[in-house]
Amino acid sequence: MEATHVHGAGHAHGDDHSHHPKGIMRWITTTNHKDIGTMYLWFSFAMFMVGGAMALIIRAELFQPGLQYVEPEFFNQMITLHGLIMVFGAIMPAFVGFANWMIPMMIGAPDMAFARMNNWSFWLLPPAGILLTASMFVPGGAAGTGWTLYPPLSIQMGIGMDMAIFAVHILGMSSIMGSINIVTTILNLRAPGMTLMRMPMFCWTWLITGYLLIAVMPVLAGAVTMILTDRHFGTSFFSAAGGGDPVLFQHIFWFFGHPEVYIIALPAFGVVSHVIPAFARKPLFGYTSMVYAIASIALISFIVWAHHMYVVGMPVAGQLYFMYATILIAVPTGVKVFNWVATMWRGSMTFETPMLFALGFLFLFTIGGFTGLVLSNTAVDVQLQDTYYVVAHFHYVMVAGALFSAFAAVYYWLPKWTGHMYDETLGKWHFWLSLISFNIAFFPQHFLGLAGMPRRIPDYALQFTDFNQVSTFGAFGFGLSQLLFLYVVLKTIRGGEKAAAKPWEGATGLEWTLPSPAPYHTFEEPPVLSEAKGHA
Amino acid sequence: MGINKKTQSCLAGIALMVWSRMALAAWEFNFQSPATKAAQTVIDLHNLMMIIIVVIFIGVFAVMFYSVFKHRKSRGHQAAQFHDNTMVEIAWTVVPLLILVAMAWPATKALLNMRDTSQADITIKATGYQWKWGYDYLKGEGEGIKFMSLTTTPADQIRGTAAKGGNYLLEVDRHVVVPVGKKIRMLTTATDVIHSWWVPALAVKQDAIPGYVRDTWFKAEKEGIFRGQCAELCGKDHAFMPIVVEVVSAEKYSQWVGEQKKQMAAAADEGGKTYSLNELMSRGEKVYAANCVACHQANGKGLPPAFPALDGSKLAKGPKKDHIAIVLNGKPNTAMAAYGGQLGDGDIAAVVTYERNAWGNKTGDMVQPADIQAARK
Amino acid sequence: MNKQRNADNRRVLVRMLVVAVLMFGFGYAMVPMYQKFCEVTGINNLLNADDPLRNTQVDTSRTVTVEFDANLHGLPWSFKPGQSSVEVHPGELVHVVYRVSNTRDHAVTGQAIPSYGPQLAAAHFRKLECFCFTRQTLGPGESREMPVVFVIDPALPEDVNTITLSYTFFEVAGTLAEPASKPARPGA
Repeated sequence: MEATHVHGAGHAHGDDHSHHPKGIMRWITTTNHKDIGTMYLWFSFAMFMVGGAMALIIRAELFQPGLQYVEPEFFNQMITLHGLIMVFGAIMPAFVGFANWMIPMMIGAPDMAFARMNNWSFWLLPPAGILLTASMFVPGGAAGTGWTLYPPLSIQMGIGMDMAIFAVHILGMSSIMGSINIVTTILNLRAPGMTLMRMPMFCWTWLITGYLLIAVMPVLAGAVTMILTDRHFGTSFFSAAGGGDPVLFQHIFWFFGHPEVYIIALPAFGVVSHVIPAFARKPLFGYTSMVYAIASIALISFIVWAHHMYVVGMPVAGQLYFMYATILIAVPTGVKVFNWVATMWRGSMTFETPMLFALGFLFLFTIGGFTGLVLSNTAVDVQLQDTYYVVAHFHYVMVAGALFSAFAAVYYWLPKWTGHMYDETLGKWHFWLSLISFNIAFFPQHFLGLAGMPRRIPDYALQFTDFNQVSTFGAFGFGLSQLLFLYVVLKTIRGGEKAAAKPWEGATGLEWTLPSPAPYHTFEEPPVLSEAKGHA
Repeated sequence: MGINKKTQSCLAGIALMVWSRMALAAWEFNFQSPATKAAQTVIDLHNLMMIIIVVIFIGVFAVMFYSVFKHRKSRGHQAAQFHDNTMVEIAWTVVPLLILVAMAWPATKALLNMRDTSQADITIKATGYQWKWGYDYLKGEGEGIKFMSLTTTPADQIRGTAAKGGNYLLEVDRHVVVPVGKKIRMLTTATDVIHSWWVPALAVKQDAIPGYVRDTWFKAEKEGIFRGQCAELCGKDHAFMPIVVEVVSAEKYSQWVGEQKKQMAAAADEGGKTYSLNELMSRGEKVYAANCVACHQANGKGLPPAFPALDGSKLAKGPKKDHIAIVLNGKPNTAMAAYGGQLGDGDIAAVVTYERNAWGNKTGDMVQPADIQAARK
Repeated sequence: MNKQRNADNRRVLVRMLVVAVLMFGFGYAMVPMYQKFCEVTGINNLLNADDPLRNTQVDTSRTVTVEFDANLHGLPWSFKPGQSSVEVHPGELVHVVYRVSNTRDHAVTGQAIPSYGPQLAAAHFRKLECFCFTRQTLGPGESREMPVVFVIDPALPEDVNTITLSYTFFEVAGTLAEPASKPARPGA
């Protein structure tokens, strides 16, 4: 569908920078959704590099049995910070960045609903990132508890733990503000004629993600606050001595933690639901069922949390309930995968880099989904809980799922952002290197877990050596491949073939009616949607 | 196309390397050989799920790859414009649901069996400490036996200055000995943080939670030594608190119980004995290496600020009484545990003597078991 | 138009903020909810005497083995059950003792936390008298015999024939624990 009339796109360009401060102050004071989106994306990439470096330290230590490079305490700090930074610093801000850039343009809005608050929610992130990273350098080091921060271990930690708690508070506040902004924008600022069911799928996924975030980030904030008061103010929420229960923390944490998985995955689904139709030159199959599937995944995600804690010793009735509920998630997830495949069926496909990443996402995310199904089975999970099988499973979901989809999004929208086409050859190189090295890094971890290697250990028994070496080899390959990504993006920003307003033949939606690069101010007058059927 | 060729040769190189390594080493890629029916059930269940999953996976991606190869623009394929089909959508919601229900059935049966801890022959309590396991035989043959089980992998193997032994990181000084074919009920608990008692070959994994007991069970079908590890991150030496279960015949078990009882009786009336400084020092060094070295380090320098130094410390050079009290009772709100319940009088006397005379602490003090017995009052 | 839109936006903002605040509260509400849930299902009824069973019928056709276990959490005490196990009939009133002594030369206060294996037994294990209902203060070198009176509910599932009652004694220091004479409600 086409917007018949686009006001304010071209002529707004003239007064862009006239009343804006220049240099660093422009970025600090900006309330422009495109500037803020850009900052989110760069912040996310920086954190991705920091978290990635930590992952490589972990993998280097695990290259051989024995302690070679780091001490166990430091190793534990690395796994903790790697987890927190990747989840809260890299993946989540990346998708908030995409939302900032694209949602106003997709729904024909001039900016986000609360432009000033948008600025705040971004600028909370760097202090939180610094707090987390700096906690490595305080006496006692960072929290060495894993990103799950389980007490009583987290009660034993030093000041680094308090810094992590404050960082989580700040990150939580930022996410809540960000998602309120996104939800309000989607609900109130849609162009006339764009009903909810005509909205682009990315907006749908973010609408639901926004609700999820608002519902669960405060719960996490509550949980870490309880740890803080247990540590310093004599409460005993999680200490049996005072009538508390350490397992209670796990319930509260995973009540947040499981929806968090979908907070990361849903926007990724959204991106893929744009990229696949664009490159198959065919509308998305089953738009309505897709919306229902997303909504039901979000709802079910609230009632399955304890499948992360099958071996804490819950009553068998609890184990059965959580097993059945978890298995149920496979149904809507399956619907989505089938819909994507049906979208490709009898299309007219080309395989530019965004499409390759979307296909990589589909293939690998499905593997991650299936191993999730294996883990949902309580009896089998008793053997696999807290092993490398779990590590492999969630990296297939988080890296091959969310990260690959983020790469697809960057390549897909980069022409719109920069006005230049990226280097297709290098983009394909980035894809193939990432795909292969990712699988070398993480596929063997399934075997390690089955054979009985626990996770979060800096040293392991000799029979696990071979697959660990392969995995480390792959991890370094994957890490280095991302430098290529940085190079491709920088090269595109600096120049390259001029991008058309709609560089992808099959792309649909309002964002492609704007010139490339998108002007500083867009849709100051809402576009008018044609009465044609179908969604934007 | 150039990229594909390069990718192919790159792939071939990796495959070759992986293959040549594979021929040399044992690549453990599946569950450990099961020693209980429950472990066998888990393997069967996993195999069943893998078959279903692989079939569905191949089905779905065969369709996708067919489409990827046939329905591409470069082959001149024209895009169809359909975007809905209610019947198909209902089918691919309902059919997976049925498959899942079919999968849940055997899973439920296996789980119910796994959790049935009734009719046990022997009850053993495993207590997680940072970073070792303690065992109490609570009920059944062997009742009253209790001991600590510590890793015996030497530091120089971990640090790479000595060749690693065959059971590297999976060896302990005292095995949990149980008779074959008897139902063993395991209670787990912990004193400091959450640990998890896991032996893969027995398909037993149960978190050990401070302040609470949890229970699980196993019945070993064959004799042998089965090794596992702590499975819940519990701090610095999480990787270094292995679990070793030794399954023996009923006769051997009775014999073992007899020996243990004798040793415990001997340890109990150690209070009357006196030892020379040399005897105390050499015994103390061993006790220190097993219990203290993880935090206070072999050189007595500790890892400040969390783990203070003993070399030259006020405590080790000050009054004997305070030193003994800390070892017996621990220090609240720190990682220093109370060893009164874990070690006998002789061991505590030896280790206190060692700490007061090792490194630069040459105080010349001797502590005898009788001193410890007195301090316990 | 613009004014209207701002008002709409603000309304959504306020609603969302209310939800966020409520969910923060919900995190805390999970604490008493969890406690209540555990009490109702009997998983963790820590510090209250259970109601005695009315019209108790002793079921002599069944025998249940009750094992006793004792743990210390950083306390310089000795703490042992007076008996390692007893055989009881469901419905029968049972008296047992635990022995505790303080090895330190000053008074120490401790709080015992009971726990059961298997957990589902907890709902059917009714303690009428227990040293765990209150804190215990032991003078220097003092020893004490502490009674537990309980009855096993005949509704205990048929297949449970062994129950372990395990206590862990925690030291009550100024900062460590809260008054435990009341039902525990952490943070309240």
